[in-house]
Amino acid sequence: MKARVLITPKKGIADPQGTAIEQALHALGFTGARGVRMGKCIELELPDGDPNSARDALARMSEQLLANTNIEQYTCMILDEDV
Amino acid sequence: MKFAVAVFPGSNCDIDAYRAMGAVLGQKVEYVWHRATDLSGFDGVILPGGFSYGDYLRPGAIAHFSPLMTSVVRFARGGGIVIGVCNGFQLLTEAGLLPGALLRNRGLTFICDTVHVRVENAGTPFTSRCAAGQVLRLPIAHGDGNYSVDATTLAAMEQKNQVLLRYCSAEGTADDAHNPNGSCANIAGVVNEQGNVAGMMPHPERAAESLLGGTDGLFILGSVVDVLTRRDHESCAC
Repeated sequence: MKARVLITPKKGIADPQGTAIEQALHALGFTGARGVRMGKCIELELPDGDPNSARDALARMSEQLLANTNIEQYTCMILDEDV
Repeated sequence: MKFAVAVFPGSNCDIDAYRAMGAVLGQKVEYVWHRATDLSGFDGVILPGGFSYGDYLRPGAIAHFSPLMTSVVRFARGGGIVIGVCNGFQLLTEAGLLPGALLRNRGLTFICDTVHVRVENAGTPFTSRCAAGQVLRLPIAHGDGNYSVDATTLAAMEQKNQVLLRYCSAEGTADDAHNPNGSCANIAGVVNEQGNVAGMMPHPERAAESLLGGTDGLFILGSVVDVLTRRDHESCAC
């Protein structure tokens, strides 16, 4: 099964890249864009099986390696084949 | 006394550190490859600057799981002296040996400059040659040096004197105008609670000879040599 982990800076953690992107959006005329946060998207494949245990595995991967939980939060998703 | 200089794929200050400890400070020093696991016989470990594993994922994130780092963590937990410079500092925070994390610089640019830092705690093995409040002039070269730590942890660190160095003016004023990268509380270097593990973004090994533009780095690297020399003599005396 395909899975995706989204990693973003925690609330309150400085995000210089997000700030720069927000300023660029404003310069392009998207003046309503607010709260831009820049993160990472990691996609991977896991053996087919129980989605709950896959989610557990993704959470453990995120805690140990994919995210630095001092500064980042993560969301784990199991994707449908056709997504 | 013997020092290990860790070498990860992408390290680029390993030769500078080797030269500073060896040719300049006259100590035995060896390179230790990231796949090595044996640190027996070493009295201090230097995690040098660079871009270990290309800084993929986050600086230091992949190097944290190298075989060598398992041994470095054990060495540090056993009281061994560990100093991480730049990428080495990022690695020590990833490994949980030092509090906080290093974010992308405020302003997003890679900064290659010479800055002033104030010694906040002169009572550590890394600052024994310094006076409290002494201002050192050291090079920095990083894209991710913006030290971040939550308010509760920072308060505990301040209380335990874990802030080692702060960016400041030549006169020693630590304010936002002299904060090159947006670091929380102008922090340029920290030490762990036990006082045997230090991390810093400035490069003492690049300021170890007058030919390089300054020798203030020896206040830090020389401090480690002094402390370990004293420790050696004390253990011989018994």
